[in-house]
Amino acid sequence: MIRAPLVKALGALGSPTHQIASRAVRTSAVLAQTPAKAPEKIEVFVDDIPVMVLPGTTVLQAAAEVGVEIPRFCYHERLAVAGNCRMCLVEVEKSPKPVAACAMPVMKGWRIKTNSDLTRKAREGVMEFLLMNHPLDCPICDQGGECDLQDQAMAFGSDRSRFTDINYTGKRAVEDKDIGPLVKTVMTRCIHCTRCVRFASEIAGVDDLGTTGRGNDMQIGTYVEKLFLTELSGNVIDLCPVGALTNKPYSFVARPWEIRKVESIDVLDAVGSNIIVSTRTNEVLRILPRENEDVNEEWLADKSRFACDGLKRQRLVAPMVRMPNGELQAVEWEGALIAVAKALKNAKGQIAGIAGQLADVEAMVALKDLVNRLDGNQLVTEQDFIKGSGIDVRSSYLLNSTIAGLEQADAVLLVGTNPRYEAPLVNTRLRKAYVHNELQIASIGPKIDLSYQHDNLGADPNLVKDICNGSHAFSKVLEGAKKPAIIIGVDVLERPDGAAIHATIAEYCQKLKKPDWNPFNVLHNSASQVGAFDVGYQPGVQAVLQSQPKVLFLLNADAGKVSRDQLPKDCFVVYIGSHGDNGASIADAVLPGAAYTEKQAIYVNTEGRPQQTLPGVSPPGMAREDWKILRALSEVVGKPLTYDNLDGLRARLESVAPHLTRLGELQPASGSDSVAKPSISISSSPIDVKQKELRDYFMTDAISRASPTMAKCISAVNKQQRLDEAQQCAAI
Amino acid sequence: MFANLLRLYQLPRLVLQALPSRALCASEPRFKLDACNIYEKLKFEFDEENKKQAEFLMCSYPEAERRAALLPLLDLAQRQHGWLPITAIQTVAEMLKLEPFIVWEVANFYTMFNLRPTGKLSLKICLTTPCRLRGCEEIMLTCENMLKLKDDETSDDMQFSLNASSGMGACVNEPVIAVNDDLYEDLDVLETEKLLSELKLGKMPPASQCRDRFASEPRSGLTSLLMEPTPAGYGMQELYSKLKPC
Amino acid sequence: MAAIVRYNLLTKPQFAAALPAALQLRLQSTQAPPPGTPPPQTKTKFGPLADEDRIFTNLYGRHDWRLKGAQKRGDWYKTKEIVLKGPDWIINEIKTSGLRGRGGAGFPSGMKWSFMNKPGDGRPKYLVVNADEGEPGTCKDREIMRHDPHKLVEGCLIAGRAMGAQAAYIYIRGEFYNEASNMQLAIAEAYQAGLIGKDACGSGYNFDVFMHRGAGAYICGEETALIESLEGKQGKPRLKPPFPADVGLFGCPTTVTNVETVAVAPTICRRGGNWFASFGRTRNSGTKLFNISGHVNTPCTVEEEMSIPLKELIERHCGGVIGGWDNLLGVIPGGSSTPIIPRKVCDDVIMDFDGLIAAQTSLGTAAIIVMDKSTDVIKAIARLISFYKHESCGQCTPCREGIGWMNKIMTRFVKGDAQPSEIDMLWEISKQIEGHTICALGDGAAWPVQGLIRHFRPEIEKRMQQHAQQSKRVTN
Repeated sequence: MIRAPLVKALGALGSPTHQIASRAVRTSAVLAQTPAKAPEKIEVFVDDIPVMVLPGTTVLQAAAEVGVEIPRFCYHERLAVAGNCRMCLVEVEKSPKPVAACAMPVMKGWRIKTNSDLTRKAREGVMEFLLMNHPLDCPICDQGGECDLQDQAMAFGSDRSRFTDINYTGKRAVEDKDIGPLVKTVMTRCIHCTRCVRFASEIAGVDDLGTTGRGNDMQIGTYVEKLFLTELSGNVIDLCPVGALTNKPYSFVARPWEIRKVESIDVLDAVGSNIIVSTRTNEVLRILPRENEDVNEEWLADKSRFACDGLKRQRLVAPMVRMPNGELQAVEWEGALIAVAKALKNAKGQIAGIAGQLADVEAMVALKDLVNRLDGNQLVTEQDFIKGSGIDVRSSYLLNSTIAGLEQADAVLLVGTNPRYEAPLVNTRLRKAYVHNELQIASIGPKIDLSYQHDNLGADPNLVKDICNGSHAFSKVLEGAKKPAIIIGVDVLERPDGAAIHATIAEYCQKLKKPDWNPFNVLHNSASQVGAFDVGYQPGVQAVLQSQPKVLFLLNADAGKVSRDQLPKDCFVVYIGSHGDNGASIADAVLPGAAYTEKQAIYVNTEGRPQQTLPGVSPPGMAREDWKILRALSEVVGKPLTYDNLDGLRARLESVAPHLTRLGELQPASGSDSVAKPSISISSSPIDVKQKELRDYFMTDAISRASPTMAKCISAVNKQQRLDEAQQCAAI
Repeated sequence: MFANLLRLYQLPRLVLQALPSRALCASEPRFKLDACNIYEKLKFEFDEENKKQAEFLMCSYPEAERRAALLPLLDLAQRQHGWLPITAIQTVAEMLKLEPFIVWEVANFYTMFNLRPTGKLSLKICLTTPCRLRGCEEIMLTCENMLKLKDDETSDDMQFSLNASSGMGACVNEPVIAVNDDLYEDLDVLETEKLLSELKLGKMPPASQCRDRFASEPRSGLTSLLMEPTPAGYGMQELYSKLKPC
Repeated sequence: MAAIVRYNLLTKPQFAAALPAALQLRLQSTQAPPPGTPPPQTKTKFGPLADEDRIFTNLYGRHDWRLKGAQKRGDWYKTKEIVLKGPDWIINEIKTSGLRGRGGAGFPSGMKWSFMNKPGDGRPKYLVVNADEGEPGTCKDREIMRHDPHKLVEGCLIAGRAMGAQAAYIYIRGEFYNEASNMQLAIAEAYQAGLIGKDACGSGYNFDVFMHRGAGAYICGEETALIESLEGKQGKPRLKPPFPADVGLFGCPTTVTNVETVAVAPTICRRGGNWFASFGRTRNSGTKLFNISGHVNTPCTVEEEMSIPLKELIERHCGGVIGGWDNLLGVIPGGSSTPIIPRKVCDDVIMDFDGLIAAQTSLGTAAIIVMDKSTDVIKAIARLISFYKHESCGQCTPCREGIGWMNKIMTRFVKGDAQPSEIDMLWEISKQIEGHTICALGDGAAWPVQGLIRHFRPEIEKRMQQHAQQSKRVTN
């Protein structure tokens, strides 16, 4: 576990080294904390182009400012500088030896020559060394076509090999490692840049990868028979500049030039990570992260990346209606819609809708409009939240500090949440703040491993009261902090006393509030939740169950919160969604919808940022986009919705919630000063979280439950645990 | 990661041309387990005296930097146990509140840590150029013949390990053999044979005794330092000017 | 490994200051020399050293090495007064003496120590003594530590005082178990006698000395790798900047110095910088421990005056080359990482920093490896390269891959199983490694190869011809 020792050691030192240490890793926190009086810029020359840079800027950064890109392998702007690949060597006038651009801070008046003979020769030399023991098996390498080594060998390498020893002793061969079901290793290809090692220890916070041996025998590896399996392990695939670490499920599937890339949004958690969906012939092949500094930086959690094979399994491909014998039978759209319309007409307004965690905003608006037109008004989300006036004010259900903002926090209290598994990329921000910003973190809830050090204050909900009335020791920390934050998990708010906890914290946050900083945060884990509240859904299924509906719409509601025996016997359940999961199993009519890679739809993430997915493939079989199904249904039932294309629907959406159509932007949520006093007081049953361990993380929704890769992950985690236990037994 | 073991099993580490290394991987678990058996039954715990010693060692470093005691603690564990089983690595990791993998990484880096059992007496023979010039190859041959071991091997009765080493730091007294911590210097074939037969009998001849000389002076007799050392204060300059305490 | 500080990586002010040769001379001609300038040398003949001018009077261990014996020989004599003189005085004395680092790079010690005297920021400062002597051919520090440990302990106190350090860590190579025992005993004695620890020597200065044993890695002799190793990590050199004087051990300002450099400091302070500067040529002052190994009649370690001619050194102390001077093939003059020089250069080469640089080699640690004509010089260098391959930490590309490649080629060269064109290729590869790595180990591996090609190219070509003929005979 690291905690930027260099930065810490240097403290308030204004030396250039300190600046490198902190600037080495890109954090918005550090950038934001640039002292008011900016240090004087110094002039350097990159290929004779003058550029003014701050002292402590590295040669590589200075070159980037004038648009000169210096080749590199080990350097990555989000990781600590290693300086070991030596690819970035450049000539600096008057220096007898080339300098490593990634690590060397510029000095005033330096003349950097990025294209001189010395520089080119140095690059060519390093490239020759890298290729010397590289197997050059590009034709059978999955990285081929998107390989840094390939590209840079073309650009900077020599045109022939001098490695005559290939005829004598051959190249180095390295045993492959089994590091889990997600990452495939071909260690002979490794160029020892140690990006993966640095990612694991710096970003993911697990010291599971490391180097063993030395010299020519140095290898990247894991501890004896240990897997590298975390919620972020897939990112090492992107980081690896060669084909040493590749995507195991995707291995030998496609070449980069064959695939079509669609920029989209991930919906498997509430972070709203930006992704690229790679498709070929109407099939999603893999998912890669897309850079978005405000949301996911350039990382992606494993579930979001690897659960995409769940999009091909358990899919509903045809409308189905439950026959009198109790079996669902595939029918034509017409038949299914007529069956549903019939039930709707008989319902006489006793209609309700439940939106599940994968429901998009458009479908929710369409469902709401339809239900309202049929005189129903029970529209709820499957994921529970506090009742009553809790969601009247938008800021009471958002992550108000924003995901990127959490990087600047200096004191954080987690209440009943495990961000590591509920929102891995929020956790990386907290970890970053912990490493670079001296963040102090405490948690109320069960003891969990967050990948960084934190104080577990206990699981007693009354601790919330203690902290909020200032009698707890951590209150001092929060009150003394420049940017404090309290993050509440949704599991807490499901409790009967959730409203009380929510209100207590909200009241305390009024006190902690700073002019441009709202410390109150709710961390959702379902992608639909914020959007649902924004368009007027109420939380929790209890109200629906109490209202004894005649027709119940389940819009992607698969969490199993509603069971058949809770509903009236004559209730007609309509399931609209993509996967044959819990929802479809209790439905009387199943209308196959589109998954998030198959539709253009808006999702709002936990900080309230609306973003849209784009269709990469078309829905399988007879499945259609969810809102279109509802539009068609409205036609059949005789109350047509007013819009018949996406633009129309978006226009309607704008009238409901105008901020949702400003995609990618964050609408600052205005908070109200008054906090409603809840009637129930805080109980004493301990606070719990649902996702405690890694194995709880992989399957949380219909898509990931259908994914074979996720199943493999769980069995790998179980296997690892058995091994660890055996080891412990042996040790005792 | 297990490069040292590959060597142990004499597997062809270097594959001619770029042939796939599948053959290597097929039999993977066998030698993997041997390195540091995770089902290791050898319990490791510091004994009482070493526990105190460990505490003492950890005190040499600032409170916040206890990790610095890693090398000394591993050394201590190895001295107690003869080599470093994985349980020892875990014990040390626990003491320093580190991930076992980090300790393993470090233990793997340094050549003096044995991650597999070695003989009671570990013989290291320097084979670097200065030694070669003084005939260390013959010494190595003698050892190989007398112990019936090759480089990097351990005898079946776990008495002797033979290792070619480099840079012993006693280059003017070469050839040298290091037996555990002791150096035997200025050897020739005869001397080596004598030393080995004594070792085989379980005797440890006194170390650091060179043939015909006391330490690293010329064998033919002193060429310098012929007179008694100069007494204290010899040639001392005047340290005048006032002194103030720190 | 020799702690080679690389001149080119210094920050600019340091860089300017470290270019003493022409610059300082020019300064001298125009104005009075600044304080701390060594007096000009008037001697023209150097060596042999008189016995009363030897610093290491118990080099051969014939006297008591423990506190009593050491005090009798003059160690710990008026140490309190020296400590009380303060950092500026000590550093000035060291500067005047012209002492240059004895670990291989020859960086002026007074200047290096003065880098530590920047205004403090509350962080403690450390002195780290590099006793990780692993360079093949070098065994001088071992003699100091086993026979004169108190010189080193006292040196730690004085050097530590000069830098304002609160503690010294002596990083001793793991293989030196008995030497470490002697050191440990000496430290314990010094503590008991109140010479170090709280109120060291009664001066009011608090100073601790700790021992830290390494575990077998040549690379840990590189200063930043040593610091990493001391922190309980893999011994992989750090990037510079930041230099250890800014961010070193445990993130605090640190100076890493060689054992010999530290051990001579007390004597310099006692007898004066001018005394020390009276030996050796200007900018190469002092006395130095020389290790002479290999093909000489009586290999030995000896303290001699700097700038002594190589031939005199060998003839006087080592009984000459085996088979006479004419039987000499070549000499590696400064430990395994310095380029070999052939006999004709050896005839009149002078053993000091500048003398050996003029001969396209380096003084290094002054460990002289003598080879007579019976030596297979290609094999000798090949063996050194295989040593470097074994000891490369594997962190940066040129060293990890390049030395492995050089080793492969050298192995074939020994047999002659190669094409003459590969000699040029090997030269280029060595140039591709040199100066492209994080630490100086890459340079240290490249230089022996360069030395070999520079002076023994015909030898390599001859071997290749022989091999070609042999294999032709076999095929026929």
